[in-house]
This record gives sequence, structure tokens and C-alpha cells, in this order.
Amino acid sequence: MLELKNISKTFNAGTVNEKRALCNLSLSLKDGDFVTVIGGNGAGKSTMLNAVAGVFPVDAGSISIDGVDVTKLVEHKRAKYLGRVFQDPMTGTAASMQIEENLALAARRGMRRTLKSGITKTERDQYRELLKILDLGLEDRLTAKVGLLSGGQRQALTLLMATLKKPKLLLLDEHTAALDPKTAAKVLEVTDRIVSRDSLTTLMITHNMKDAIVHGNRLVMMYEGQIIYDVAGEEKKGLKVSDLLHKFEEVSGGAFANDRMILN
Amino acid sequence: MGLEISSLINALPGACAQGLIWGIMAIGVYITYKILDLADLTVDGTMCTGGAVCIVMMTTGHSVGVSMFWAFLAGMAAGLVTGFLHTAMGIPAILAGILTQLSLYSINLRILGGKANQAISLEKYDLLVSLRWIRGVPFYQNTIFVAAVAIVILVAILYWFFGTELGCSVRATGSNPNMSRAQGINTDFTKILGLMLSNGIVALSSAFLAQYNGFVDINMGRGAIVVGLAAVIIGEVVLGRIHGNFAFRLLAVAFGAIVYYVVMQIVMWLGLLSTNDNKLLSAIIVAVFLAIPYLKEKYFRKAAGKGDAQNA
Repeated sequence: MLELKNISKTFNAGTVNEKRALCNLSLSLKDGDFVTVIGGNGAGKSTMLNAVAGVFPVDAGSISIDGVDVTKLVEHKRAKYLGRVFQDPMTGTAASMQIEENLALAARRGMRRTLKSGITKTERDQYRELLKILDLGLEDRLTAKVGLLSGGQRQALTLLMATLKKPKLLLLDEHTAALDPKTAAKVLEVTDRIVSRDSLTTLMITHNMKDAIVHGNRLVMMYEGQIIYDVAGEEKKGLKVSDLLHKFEEVSGGAFANDRMILN
Repeated sequence: MGLEISSLINALPGACAQGLIWGIMAIGVYITYKILDLADLTVDGTMCTGGAVCIVMMTTGHSVGVSMFWAFLAGMAAGLVTGFLHTAMGIPAILAGILTQLSLYSINLRILGGKANQAISLEKYDLLVSLRWIRGVPFYQNTIFVAAVAIVILVAILYWFFGTELGCSVRATGSNPNMSRAQGINTDFTKILGLMLSNGIVALSSAFLAQYNGFVDINMGRGAIVVGLAAVIIGEVVLGRIHGNFAFRLLAVAFGAIVYYVVMQIVMWLGLLSTNDNKLLSAIIVAVFLAIPYLKEKYFRKAAGKGDAQNA
């Protein structure tokens, strides 16, 4: 479904701030794979997701989604294949627009936007039903401005928007990191439900190693722009947080102590 | 020279008419400043271009309708240039607007055939509005009525447009460009579209203003952005507490323009300043109305939750 071949990205090349964010990274996802991505700060996790999403062009390598080479495609054109949820709850929604308007924008992802009405009556009923899945009472607040919602509500809504038109690939960039533990658990639970309902191919970055083990069918660990550990199936299910810590210390020389990875 | 209240009252209908015409312009500014979240300075140039195109076309035999339509298109072209400089050339919006505005000065002079101004006679041409049609004419010919109708039609069209898929994508771009791109919106295109629409409307207002004054002048757009912003902000400060829909907020902008001209008229009437101090006064009015929301927040804040949403 997703094929990354030898992609590299260096930011601020040739300056003192030069940063090699991705080095010759390759990753291949099968249809329906739910891959969790872990790694320290600056390991290149978000850079990888943003490279897939087309936020910036990569320096080398190729990216294809469902057999289509998207390496040269600009961000808004790639959007039709992708659903994205970001770390910052403010990023995924338009605060000054209503809940239903946000959903209607998402429903038209990858379509030509014409002079037809921005939202129809049928859509409204459909959205009301869909919002019930979230169990946050948003179904009764269709016309409320998204800016009035809490961070957790906004993330849940963004998740719904990302999956409203079934994406080829769902990209979750630490989408629960800015939430309190209870809300984070709730949003993760909804994530699991939607991903399995639509059997979505998913890449989920997390700082929480336990979450990385519990969710998904495959786990990759990144370090200095490369994938250093890739585990799937039964082996992954049997992992413990301590195993991951050991693995990481092996390659990084014990830099974990300084990191903000949550160790619970 | 005492303060004759009757002279103020006599001047108010004129202030109203001017306010309504500038209200059209302010609605154009609202599209960039509020909806797209861009400060577009092109309008200082466009506020002359529209009038120049309209007057020159009318004096060469075109009807008022055709002339105003072309004025609108000329404004859109100016917006297109700014949008192109901003999106395709990567120039910050404010600078892109300044560049277009500056170049429009020369272009406006060319449109006017090298002259700094051009008059149009009310007797010889079929004008829509005029400062001589404030009173003593049938209501349907009255400039206040005509300008008000123009605003209602404009607001109706914009209300419809910003409810369409395309219009929603323009609003989304202003609200959150990252999210918009993630949802497949070409934000370069929507920004250009918004800038074109905005400058088209400003040019239309300029065409009205030139007819109203009976002439177009190369300097008529100078400081226009300040008047436009004043109207947007006054409308928001005065009517912001009422929760209205989008159409209401556009009407509030037009109302803000009227308030602005009435305030100007009152200050003039008080005799504190001469007409030469016009621009100083404009700047002060805008500064005051810009500061009010900030100062209110800072010094008169009621105990409110910090999660309060920003107003749209």
C-alpha cells in the first residue's frame, strides 16, 4: 500500500543548522497494516510522515501509495490518498468554521470543489450519525464553531475527518500526545475502532511505548533518520517496554534517559 | 462661527451615502483581512483603478453597466497580480500588495490618459449615483437607496458564494492553511481567488465613488486600506456582540463604514481640524477602534475561562 524507497531528506543543507532528518529510509506497508512508529526526539518520525504527506519534497528516493508514484506530487494533490491527524489539536481543523462545515470540507477531499452547496441536508444527517461513534455529544452541536471544542474533542473530530473519505493510508502524528491521559486513551480507543472497522492501512507515531506495543500489528523504531528495528505479528505482541528500551540502548548508547518517551 | 446643529444634520445624509459606498469597499477588505487572514494593500491602488476604468469607459461612450463590469474585472486583474506575486513568487502578502499598489499608480495614470484626474458630468452621462442625488430626487434615484441596494445584492451574492464548496475552501484556507492542504485544497488557488474577488469588489466601490464625486482622481485610493480596516473593525466592535450569521457580519462592515463617515463628519463639524487633517483623523480613528478590543481585554476583563474561543 505504501512503498518508501531509499528516501533522504536534509534540512538547511550547507548551513550550520544542517540536519539529516532521513537517511536512505525504506519502508513497505501491506494493505491493512497498522504500524506504530517509535523513536527519540529528532529520530525523523514526523519527517517521515510529512515526507509521505508531501509537506516538503524529498532529496532522494521514491514514495508510492497503492502503486501510484507520488514523489513529485504536491501536498494538496496527495491529500486524496491520505487521512492525517496531527499532534497539535489546532492543526487538524478550521477553528472559525462549524463542526459540520469541517466535516463537509473533509468529505470533499480529492474532489473538485465547485459552486455546489458546501454542505447538503443528507450530509448533515450522515454526520450526525458518524459523530455518535465518538460518544462526545458532538452530534448535537453540528453548527458549533470548532474553536469552542476541547483539544480531545478536536482530535476526535480530526480523526473522523481524516477517515470520512476512506483514505489509502492514515497518518497519525502523535495525535494523542497533547491530550490528558484519559482523553488520550479515549481517542486511541476510537482510533482502533475506526481503523479496524474500515481496515485502514495506518502509520501511527507515538511516544508511548506501551501504546506502540498494544496497538497495531507491526512496530518500527527509528533512530537518526533510519529504521533500526521492525517487528510484526506474534513477536510484536510479546514485546515488553523493557525489550524496546534495551533495543534502543543498543543502538543509541543509552541516550534514553534524556528523552521524553513515556516509560509507563 | 457657532456650532450649528442643523449644519451637521444637513451633512449626515452625505456622510451616509459615502459610508455606504465605502462600505462596499470595506466588504472587499473583509474578504482578505478577515476571511483569508491577509493584509492586502493592493486596494489603495484598486480604489482608483475601478473609478478610472469606469469613468474613462463612460466618457468614451459605454454604458454605466458595462463600464462598472469592466471596473470589476480590472480590480480582479490587480488581485490576480498580487496573488501571483504572493503564491507563485513567494513574496510576503503585504509586500506583494505594496508592489502591485505602487505599479497601479502608473497604470492608473495610463488608464486616465496621462492626466491626474478626469471629470464626468452628471448632465451628460447616465450615472448611478451622485452627491447631488442625496435629497430632492425620487427615492429610487437617491444615492443612499441605490448604494444600499447594491450592498444588499453584494452581500446576498457573497453569502451564497461562501456557502459553496469553493467558497468554503477559501474560508478554510484563511482559517487553517495546513488543514486545508491536508484536505486537498489548493491554498495557492484559493488565496488568489480571494484576492481577486476582494479587489474586484473594491474596484466596483471605486467606480461608485468616482460617479458619486463626479470625477476620478489619481490619489483617490490613498489610504483606502485604512478606511476599509476602520469599517471592518468598527463594525466588529459596535455589532460584534450580536451573534449573527455571515451575511449579518458583512452588513456590520458596511454599517462600520457609515459610522466611520459620521464620526468624521462630526469631528469636522466641531471645527477642531481642517480637511487637510483628514488622513491624520482616519489613522487616529482606526488606531482607537483597533485598540478598544485589546484594552477592553486587558483592563476590563471579567473572570472568564481561559479556554474561551477566539471570535471568528
